[in-house]
Amino acid sequence: MSRCITIRPIGSVDQQILDHIAERISLRSGLNCKIGPGTKIPWHTYNKTRRQYNSKLILKYLQKQCTSDMLALMAITQVDLYVPILKYVFGVSQIAGQCSVISLNRLSPEFYNQPSNRDILLERAEKTALHELGHTFGLTHCRDRQCVMHSSYHIEDTDFKQPLFCPTCFELLKWYLKKKPCPAP
Amino acid sequence: MTKKPRILVIDDEAAMRESLNDWLMEDGYEVGLAENGPDGISMAREKDWELILLDLKMPGMDGLEVLKELREITDAEILMMTAYATVDTAVQAMKEGAFDYLVKPFDPDEIEMQIKKIVEHKKLVLENILLRQKLEERYQYDEVIGKSNAMQEVFELISRVAPTDSTVLITGESGTGKELIAQAIHGNSQRCYMPLIAVSCGALPDSLLESELFGYEKGAFTGADHMKKGRFEMAHKGTLFLDEIGDVSLKTQVDLLRVLQEKKMRRLGGQDEIEVDVRIIAATNRDIKQAIKENLFREDLYYRLNVISIQIPPLRDRKEDIPLMVDVFIRRCCLEMNKEEVKITPAALKLLMGYDWPGNVRELENVIERALVIGQTRQITPDNLPFSRKQMVSEKLPDSLKMMEGMHIKRILDKNDWNISKAARTLDIDRQTLYNKIDKYKIKRG
Repeated sequence: MSRCITIRPIGSVDQQILDHIAERISLRSGLNCKIGPGTKIPWHTYNKTRRQYNSKLILKYLQKQCTSDMLALMAITQVDLYVPILKYVFGVSQIAGQCSVISLNRLSPEFYNQPSNRDILLERAEKTALHELGHTFGLTHCRDRQCVMHSSYHIEDTDFKQPLFCPTCFELLKWYLKKKPCPAP
Repeated sequence: MTKKPRILVIDDEAAMRESLNDWLMEDGYEVGLAENGPDGISMAREKDWELILLDLKMPGMDGLEVLKELREITDAEILMMTAYATVDTAVQAMKEGAFDYLVKPFDPDEIEMQIKKIVEHKKLVLENILLRQKLEERYQYDEVIGKSNAMQEVFELISRVAPTDSTVLITGESGTGKELIAQAIHGNSQRCYMPLIAVSCGALPDSLLESELFGYEKGAFTGADHMKKGRFEMAHKGTLFLDEIGDVSLKTQVDLLRVLQEKKMRRLGGQDEIEVDVRIIAATNRDIKQAIKENLFREDLYYRLNVISIQIPPLRDRKEDIPLMVDVFIRRCCLEMNKEEVKITPAALKLLMGYDWPGNVRELENVIERALVIGQTRQITPDNLPFSRKQMVSEKLPDSLKMMEGMHIKRILDKNDWNISKAARTLDIDRQTLYNKIDKYKIKRG
């Protein structure tokens, strides 16, 4: 069986969003993508003071669940994520590693006191997932504001860019994929 | 592709270091991590970092102490980070030279903006240095420096005449750098791989100058116990620089004229004619036209030498060159003295700009060298200059009236390039009286 990207919900996540992300990842990257079984959010990743989840600890938790058939493992969650040095993150990944996690919390228009809009949420989720996946394969941030690998620190950055890799990033992605080593079984 | 900046993170908390490392790596930065001040300082010594993210509160050596040490050893911009923001510490850190101050945890947008600001700033600084170097290249022709229009014209003339074989006559006051111009011409000519031979014609008595220029055969005169090649022969295929040509006797002028016309010469006491292929560059600080009028210089030799004429303006007429020259001399001297680079204060530069420089560029270079030798700080201040107000009183105004007269006569002679007639006219005395006073006060040139 060929290796594929696995996406997995952590906590409760709308199935339609998971399906959309899996379909779009396959479409944009040309790689197989499947949805794996869901899991609970590990309690130790919660920070009471910040009332957020430590994304670095979630990555460590995911790493233990990686199997040899996974080209990459991406967790999707509704909870708000942080890394110790930053106030929040939309997602994090192991650069040139295997695991990543994205949060839908700050992607929904309601978070910004705007009316609910499913299409916008889906599009933002797709861009965030592709961006973190790009990091997993080794890509760094792109200067092209429209490329999906451009950094997103505000939701406006995410809205501005396209759900596509620019030609350079796409070439780099193919190059990284070719040389990506098989993880130990 | 431009190199990504290097960022050093100094923070005692592992989680902070790691998350900053991962986050910065997403932007492709090269990241270094240190878990305490001393480690950070040694890493800053080992490598060039564009930016240092420094935690303020650390056990042992705290951030402000580390900041002070870092400021001594690196040009990197330093961003302070702390979880406990107080205006006082922020102000103190900025006073100690931190670029800015961030409160942990950061807003991702805020830190990205700060890093971009610093990277842009560093890029501008680098561009500025490169631009400055380019300008200096433009304002420097080999060892000759000058951005004034007059010097730019001289540079243009040098680049036009250098590749030719034309004879060049360089005129200018003592210390204006005539020999450097000759070197620049030779160095940029097709003869540059052959020797440039210099003769200081004014420094040698007539008979000695002749034997220096043309050489001699064994037995040509008493004491000539071996054959010696002259400077013309030594400069064969190269360039002969005849400095102070205006001081050459009429007899030697005839000999020189013959060589220039025939491109052949004879050693003293010799019979054979020797062909010499030499480019002549001559220089003088005398008014040759005046010397021709006074029958001290042959007109035909003047026209032979003056095919291309380069007039170097005195430093007092191109004071806009002084700041650039000072800059170059400071750097050159600091390098030679193995000294850290020194800056000149605006007050000291103002003094240099206000001075008349009778000794021209040579005097300026000596003044800078002296200031660097006696100055103990990293700045040249008016106190380090020989003509500061304090020293002007002690050095320039001797108590004795005789000494005053001697100094005044020397100043007028220097101002007139030691043209006796002109100096005598300025002093309103006759030439013989001036000669007498030169003897009496033992006034010497230079």
